[in-house]
Amino acid sequence: MDALSDVNLTVEKGEIFGIIGHSGAGKSTLLRCVNLLERPSLGSVSVGGHELTILSEKELQQRRQKIGMIFQHFNLLSTATVRDNIAFPLKMSTLSKEKVRRRVDELLDLVGLRGHEQSYPAQLSGGQKQRVGIARALANHPDVLLCDEATSALDPHTTESILTLLKDINQKLGITILLITHEMNVIRSICDRVAVMEGGRIIELGEVLEVFLNPHHKTTRDFVSQVAETVDVQAQGLRPEGVVVRINYQGDLAHEPILFETVKGTEASFVILQGTVSRMKDTPYGQLIVELRGNSRDTSQIIEQLRHRGLDVSVL
Amino acid sequence: MNEVLSFFENIRWDAINKATRETLVMMGASMFFTVILGLAIGILLFLTSRGQMLQNRFVYWILSLVVNILRSVPFIILMILIMPLTKIMVGTSIGVKGAIPPLVIAAAPFFARLVEAALREVDKGVLEAAQAMGFSKGMIVWHVLLREARTGLLAGTTITAVTLVSYTAMSGTIGGGGLGDLAIRFGFQRFQWDVMIITVILLIILVQGLQMIGDALVRKYSRK
Repeated sequence: MDALSDVNLTVEKGEIFGIIGHSGAGKSTLLRCVNLLERPSLGSVSVGGHELTILSEKELQQRRQKIGMIFQHFNLLSTATVRDNIAFPLKMSTLSKEKVRRRVDELLDLVGLRGHEQSYPAQLSGGQKQRVGIARALANHPDVLLCDEATSALDPHTTESILTLLKDINQKLGITILLITHEMNVIRSICDRVAVMEGGRIIELGEVLEVFLNPHHKTTRDFVSQVAETVDVQAQGLRPEGVVVRINYQGDLAHEPILFETVKGTEASFVILQGTVSRMKDTPYGQLIVELRGNSRDTSQIIEQLRHRGLDVSVL
Repeated sequence: MNEVLSFFENIRWDAINKATRETLVMMGASMFFTVILGLAIGILLFLTSRGQMLQNRFVYWILSLVVNILRSVPFIILMILIMPLTKIMVGTSIGVKGAIPPLVIAAAPFFARLVEAALREVDKGVLEAAQAMGFSKGMIVWHVLLREARTGLLAGTTITAVTLVSYTAMSGTIGGGGLGDLAIRFGFQRFQWDVMIITVILLIILVQGLQMIGDALVRKYSRK
């Protein structure tokens, strides 16, 4: 029984890539393969153009300094202060004490923990501990940050603030982020692309919005339904009189009164049966289930008009 | 009050003084070697155990067997059993000098098990984090494992020191010197109850002192 099989994944430089899956899907194993905490029995792992599986132990240790990692349970040294925890990975560097102190100060500012440098982890909240974890992971100026269920032990509000911090880091420092989670909310808030895993395989992969609006696999639909109501007209027992269509739109279109303007010119009217209007990372998007009432000439004209103006319309 | 004092008036305090010093020397020397040897064996036991950095079933099995054998022999018998070895190591099998090798050989495996247990208490996630940062195994042992286990190691050291106090007293039976020796020769063989009581009181003070120092250190270094 292989923990992973047939996994082929390329994460682009500078993107935030999310892997979602239920526990046991193999996402944690996959993440650990990236810094070889878990060594694949077959296959290759390459980070920043360097093949890791062929490196000697010493070379691997050097490479790992450029791959930061944060954890669900933070994994801080309980015997060290916040300052010493953040400075910990710098023990391997040749930086002078003064430079280490200055680097830690920078990181404290970045994660917003000024004033807590002398605290011990036991005195911090979960969110603060994860901030220490993030600062520690960034100490050696890594190119990649691996996040192992980094928000799963946090409450929703704290999760939000940690995700915002990760997004900032990605934008300010250009660090590539690879994260795993079982919460679709995390994927929706910060990821550019997503891979869905099940049984050690990647079953769906693509732009977050694309996967979100058109999930193909059942597992993906389950995850999507965590954050948006799935649309199932039949299951709700509706008996619409007119034509039921699903309209997907995104970006600037979300701010235009397209539907109203299109219907206005005809004899037809519409009813919104269901809808989601929200935001995916920084992109506004919407999905509406609309029933168009009117004669067939008008309704087909409306559908055509909507498509013409850039909306994704499908008749259900 | 005067009756109490007169009970102790025949005691030769210079002998008590000398015996106390012998006990402290035996304690100090055997503790020193026990900590070094026990720490090394304990770390090796931990690292070679299942799921750890140097997992090795054979090495773990051998080490574990040796530790178990040494721990299953009662100290007083072990002392007699290894007399030839003691003579080779320090040139004599009696006196303060002759007591140190058996004390170390008996206490080091005991301490090693306490070290192993203390290291097991260290959060595995922290070790993994250090590995992910690119630390070498040696650095992980020194900077993470021993550091994070320090209160457990201090508690184990205290327990071992207290155990060594009773072992040193036992070594008196084969002429090991110290307070135990005094208690047996004067208190038991010559029915001098006054000497017996004084030595027992001194041993109690010694154990109490060690435990208090140990507890204070654990409190000082605890960050939970």
